[in-house]
Amino acid sequence: MYSRLSCMMSVCRAIKDHVLQGKKDYRTISVRLSVPCLGTQEVPKAPESRPTVSEVPDEPTQRVGDAWAGDAREDAPAISLRGVRKRFGEIVAVDGLDLEVPAGVCFGLLGPNGAGKSTTMRMLTAQTLADEGAISVLGYELPRESKQSRLEMGVVPQLDNLDVELTCRQILTVFARLYRVPRGERTAAVARALEIANLQPRADTIVKELSGGMRRRLLVARGLIHDPRLVLLDEPTVGLDPQVRQELWTLIDGLRASGVTVLMSTHYIEEAERLADTVAVMSQGRVIAQGTPAELVRAHAGEQVLEVYGPPEHLVRVGELAAGNGWASRRSGPAVAIMRAETLDGKAPEGVRRPANLEDAFVALTGQEIE
Amino acid sequence: MMNMRSQWQTAAVARAPSSGRAGIRKIGRLEPAALAGVMSRDVAIFGRYWKATTFSSIVQPTIYLLAFGLGFGTLVKQIGHVKTVQYIGTGTVATAVLFSSAFPGMFNTFIRWQFQRTYDAMLAAPVDVEELITAEVLWISVRAGVYGVAPLLVAFAFGLPPEWGMLLVPAIGFVTGFGFAAFGVTVAAIAKTIDNFNYITSAVLTPMFLVAGTFFPVSSLPDGVRQVAQVNPLYHCVQLVRDASLGGLGTGDLGHAAVLIAFALVMWRLAIRQLGRRLID
Repeated sequence: MYSRLSCMMSVCRAIKDHVLQGKKDYRTISVRLSVPCLGTQEVPKAPESRPTVSEVPDEPTQRVGDAWAGDAREDAPAISLRGVRKRFGEIVAVDGLDLEVPAGVCFGLLGPNGAGKSTTMRMLTAQTLADEGAISVLGYELPRESKQSRLEMGVVPQLDNLDVELTCRQILTVFARLYRVPRGERTAAVARALEIANLQPRADTIVKELSGGMRRRLLVARGLIHDPRLVLLDEPTVGLDPQVRQELWTLIDGLRASGVTVLMSTHYIEEAERLADTVAVMSQGRVIAQGTPAELVRAHAGEQVLEVYGPPEHLVRVGELAAGNGWASRRSGPAVAIMRAETLDGKAPEGVRRPANLEDAFVALTGQEIE
Repeated sequence: MMNMRSQWQTAAVARAPSSGRAGIRKIGRLEPAALAGVMSRDVAIFGRYWKATTFSSIVQPTIYLLAFGLGFGTLVKQIGHVKTVQYIGTGTVATAVLFSSAFPGMFNTFIRWQFQRTYDAMLAAPVDVEELITAEVLWISVRAGVYGVAPLLVAFAFGLPPEWGMLLVPAIGFVTGFGFAAFGVTVAAIAKTIDNFNYITSAVLTPMFLVAGTFFPVSSLPDGVRQVAQVNPLYHCVQLVRDASLGGLGTGDLGHAAVLIAFALVMWRLAIRQLGRRLID
């Protein structure tokens, strides 16, 4: 008995080590990507009818009959949070959050670490329950109808939670079942997911042997296995190298283009700037600003930013000058950046002018530097 | 790069253009589809380990029977009023069931929940805590029921005569395994680290499997200990397996069965409560 126990313990440790060690090798993937893909022309057609209700035929008449119930929900925003609060002991993670994500957009939730983004994401799947406030997802009230809303949305977590012992195909098949993809459509759904993730040649490889980028793509494919109309992406590219990040961006962009609502949390400014139609900036558990990236930049950083370089003493003086004149400024690495440079006229110190970007707006809003 | 870009886009766009609603259906509690989904993962994992599991489930009782038969069996031909092989052969069924349910209950749960975060992934899908835990426990207990028969098969080789009542053994193993698997899940939910399991293994499981009439009769123990054995679910499992396998089923066995079923139900709800509290915050 004890030998069995100690054997199990060592297995656990091995798994723990493996998990903690994380991903190591991206080389394989760059090799693969340079190979032109052969499967492009022939994309398997996705199943026409929706899964889930095997008993209820998916006929037009059915739809009309259900319209009174269906339409109300179709018109509703994809996600709505009102006055949501969540505390963990002393820490208030989400503090009176109001957020509305319209259907069909790519919505970016931008904020520094600890702003409450991940807690918000977990609340949308009812894995964290709000202390106060009302949440609805796809028209379903949470947490009461959360299971129904989870059936219609896909989730891509921040932390890799793939089964390392299973193959890509096995994982996708398990999730096809969990998402109630009807038996007859499972094979096609798995094939489609493998295609999306560009993992067909690795379909029968166990996850342990995949590179970090492949694992992340599999994670995304797993969340898309049931063709959801809403996808939650929690820090989708954190810790990935630039090339893999580009691939995922392309994928996310493609999802949005096909009409899927995407809610993406990120602390990468560039990610939000490139992908999101609308960005909500979160800080200390609430939304402090919201708009298109361009609107946010214009409203909070102006059109131009003046970057003044020089030795530290000079920068201190420039900082004081800015404060004295009431100019918004910040330290940005080896320079002081002064916002709204277009309004500075003659008094401005020598420096380099560049267009304002979302990072400037973000820092102006949150007072926090970001990656 | 362009090549890849267009391909990814094509693949993503090629999804069903305007997928209809997933159904206005109300989805309820303990849905068979959710249980089957969770268990399908267990089956896939089992596909990788069944050889090792089967090997140990055959070798372990063989060693017990050899050790007790060759060592102790030369001194003691009979325990109580049954032959040593009958006594040990049936007793080992209970230990096999205990180990193949309590340990996976503890370790698998802890690993999947804490290290692999598999449970987090599943709970983001339309599966609730009750379904997740029920399916996991159900799978472990089915396995315990099947592998609980292995000691009897081995004991046949050592001269245990087959008996019709033995056909009940998988069911007894299933119910007992259900209780102990859920017990393991509860322990995993309470444990702070995986090393905490040592306390349970040494202070709870070891005495439990010895003071159950597995290798020596409870009646030979002092009074106080004998009382304790009465509340040990494994004792009731041993009695039931022995009565079924040696042709001695009687009305008293209904009591043993009732204890096992009650243990399974209580532990099942407790496991859902305890782990649920930690999975959903």
